[in-house]
Amino acid sequence: MNARTLDPAQHLIEKEPYYEPVGDEIQLFEAAYRQQIPVLLKGPTGCGKTRFMEHMAWRLKRPLITVSCHDDLTASDLVGRYLVKGGETVWVDGPLTRAVRCGGICYLDEIVEARKDTMVVIHPLADDRRTLPMEKLGQIVEAPPEFCLAISYNPGYQSVLKDLKQSTRQRFVALEFDYPSAELERRIVASESGVPDAVAANLVRFAQMTRNLKGSGLEEGASTRLLVHAGKLIADGVSPVTACKSAVAQAVTDDADMLKAIQELSSSIF
Amino acid sequence: MALAPLTAAEMEASLHVWLDTEFTFFKVEELAAELAVLPRDDQDFLLGWIRRIASTHITLAWQFGRRAPALLPRMERRLLEAWAVHTCDVFDRTGLQTALRVMEEADSFDEEQHRNDAAGALFDDIAPVLGNFVCGLSGRRLKLEEGEAAWTDGERIVLPPLVAALPNETDNFQLAKATVALLWAQTRFGTLRIDFAAIGARYDDPDRALARLHALETLRLSARIAHELPGLHREMQRLRATLDAALPAAWQPLAAHLAAPDAPLDASLALLDAAYALDDCPQWRDQGVLRPDAVAAARAARLDKEKARLRIKLAELLEEHASDDEPARDAPADKPEVEVSVRDENGALDFEITLDGAPLAPPDDVRQLLTSVYLDFGDIPPEYLAPAGEGEYDPNLVFDQPEDPDAVWHGTYHEKGAELYPEWDHGRQHYRKNWCVMREKPVTPVHDGFVRDTLARHAGVVRHLRRKFEALRDENRFEKRQTQGDEIDLDALVEALADAQDGREMSDRLFVRLHRAERNIAVAFLVDMSGSTKGWINEAEREALILLCEALELLGDRYAIYGFSGTTRKRCELFRIKTFDEAYSDEIKARISGIRPQEYTRMGFAIRHMTKLLNAVEARTRVLVTLSDGRPDDYFDVYRGQYGVEDTRMALMEASRTGIHPFCITLDRDARDYLPHMYGAARYVILDDVRQLPVKVTDIYRRITT
Repeated sequence: MNARTLDPAQHLIEKEPYYEPVGDEIQLFEAAYRQQIPVLLKGPTGCGKTRFMEHMAWRLKRPLITVSCHDDLTASDLVGRYLVKGGETVWVDGPLTRAVRCGGICYLDEIVEARKDTMVVIHPLADDRRTLPMEKLGQIVEAPPEFCLAISYNPGYQSVLKDLKQSTRQRFVALEFDYPSAELERRIVASESGVPDAVAANLVRFAQMTRNLKGSGLEEGASTRLLVHAGKLIADGVSPVTACKSAVAQAVTDDADMLKAIQELSSSIF
Repeated sequence: MALAPLTAAEMEASLHVWLDTEFTFFKVEELAAELAVLPRDDQDFLLGWIRRIASTHITLAWQFGRRAPALLPRMERRLLEAWAVHTCDVFDRTGLQTALRVMEEADSFDEEQHRNDAAGALFDDIAPVLGNFVCGLSGRRLKLEEGEAAWTDGERIVLPPLVAALPNETDNFQLAKATVALLWAQTRFGTLRIDFAAIGARYDDPDRALARLHALETLRLSARIAHELPGLHREMQRLRATLDAALPAAWQPLAAHLAAPDAPLDASLALLDAAYALDDCPQWRDQGVLRPDAVAAARAARLDKEKARLRIKLAELLEEHASDDEPARDAPADKPEVEVSVRDENGALDFEITLDGAPLAPPDDVRQLLTSVYLDFGDIPPEYLAPAGEGEYDPNLVFDQPEDPDAVWHGTYHEKGAELYPEWDHGRQHYRKNWCVMREKPVTPVHDGFVRDTLARHAGVVRHLRRKFEALRDENRFEKRQTQGDEIDLDALVEALADAQDGREMSDRLFVRLHRAERNIAVAFLVDMSGSTKGWINEAEREALILLCEALELLGDRYAIYGFSGTTRKRCELFRIKTFDEAYSDEIKARISGIRPQEYTRMGFAIRHMTKLLNAVEARTRVLVTLSDGRPDDYFDVYRGQYGVEDTRMALMEASRTGIHPFCITLDRDARDYLPHMYGAARYVILDDVRQLPVKVTDIYRRITT
């Protein structure tokens, strides 16, 4: 067994990633791409933001460089840094710089998780300057027209500490994502996991029940991604109730009563 | 090895004391004789409970003692306990008479009927699960409450304290779940839209008619559930097969009519005449009872209020929208066209508002109102969609307003608008539910020279504090010689290269990393405002708070200050001096200056409330500092003495269980014996000299937060 090692800056997605458009988001993204406007994807976790980016990268035939942001992500992690190699210092580009240089799509996932000062480095790239200043090198890299910056965040966290600064958010075209409609979600679950339509419909109904619980004990309802997970387990022969427990209930909460309540919901449906 | 049973004489002695026979003249000899024949284990169990109940009320304990030995062989201990606790709860809520009635109910304890109690599902156990369960189902949010029987009024679902129809616990839980689902379905699928009074009036025997209507609806709703919740329906069928008689033959055709998954309410009503004529009427153990009066009352209270709320919300929505799109538009000239389309399919309810032809996603509160109205009418009546005109409704009447604590107090002796907190009853070894009636009250600010004088008097201390606290302020700094970092540490690199030249090992600590300091502390101060602080202590407390605020402002920690006092459990008061959101302003200073001694020192509720407030604040470290002048105490109440000490101890333990760090500062110099026990969960410090307080408090704060 040999895992393939890919260089994201060179790699183009070969196979069409499955994506069901909910509205006109594909058209909007393409327009923004042509007009060289950066894009902000809003929406709850697991509703298809990352899949959408993969799909768009495939459509536009550009490499996709994804950075999952975390609270220790520094500006150097994005732009690049000097490393020491054999007694000499060597500059190594960060993912953002690589994306700019190769004219790819840089997707900063969950941008609010990154530290506030880190976000500022994307500002010059996100307005009409479209440049990336690299202070440590004393250089400015100009982004080619093919380069595209996209960020995502989940406004559901409702935390003052994790909000996007106005100076950042006002540079982007925003695409709002939400869970797809029941019918669409059923199609997605069925086609992604391979379960029959009837099972997919029940999974979707179950997800809606957990979404009803949002705010009264659950931070977030079950996402489409979780449904796909559950669906895949069911398709592999796991009983629906067990699949819902492991793939959905345990994923959304640790609270014992809530777990049991979600269990009761799934056993009521299946 | 089991201990030898106690003799009657041994037990008599304790019973005399617990039951206060000197005054009550209870014949404890008989009781002791009855207990003497039991094994030691049972004796201990019963005696323990007699003692615990006696701490609540002696008569209750006596009645318990007289009944319990006979019940013990028939009743599970768990249930006997639940019965005892329930009796005490009833006593807390409604007094001795009703509590005695609950006691007596145990006399009619029919073994045959209760043979499954041991495996019964207790309300307290299943409520958290089923409460969430019913929340997950679509429709209006329903609350779960405990009552005598299973019924619903469309806003809450009531379940009995124990569901025990079947010999195993899982099945009893499933039965409770089925009941909850059926009661939910009554709201969701229109049963409660029926005008029961009008229907009943049409028949000679209204009760007979309503019973049959209930049965018809149960059939219809079961079919609905079969469609919506097939898994649950399977369980229901299984339980019904063991619990209920088969459907009478005459009812079969009726059931067939109602078996379609989308049979409407009218289908049941149309069959009522036929059902009325039938002699037998099926009943199911999971169907609960119908309470037409409660349904009508809840509905009457809801309709107008929700109409007003919806219309106001729509008006707000319109306004928001108008200002977004076309600010210059004159709104009143043309009434905007609002339409709502309802999608009720596949178990989910969804609404779409169209405003002048443009679709609009309704916000959550509007969606919930629409759901509720839809469930009341089966549709959204057009008059509900006319946005409220300017001044048409007084929002104060339509939306629940926080009660003015004083106004409530001037009225009758009720608990409206207050928050209720439990209290730990040491004697009973159990909580008293909803015992403390707590209200937050403002402090009247006093604008005088107090703050200025304090700062002037303690000028030296303030300067000293500034220095100390500024040093505390953790700042961003570069850490050198790290294995990872943003920059190269040139000094380290040169050294390492030199080492390499010399043939020595090269260090890998070559980077500089920025250390980011984030002091992330939220602290709540709880200040004793009881009458005993009058004079020196009060003054010292106020001075301490001023100095503390000065210091905390330097640190940037989030902090809140509350004062507590009260008279009896019915009037527990927390005085808002500074909330977490308020800035340290002149107003706050005036409030600190306006802190005046009030009444007594009931502490448990204050700690519980602050725990709740603190847990709502986002912070890595949460600290609760209480400042008091001594032993908990309340007016003519058991709170004085051990009860209060134990309750305070319990409240502190609850706080630290949620991850809060409690810290207590006390000025009580005499009674140190109880302090280690009371502050068991917390750390504490005793100050000898009141005059030290202002200086010490800031110092203590510095110590506990670094």
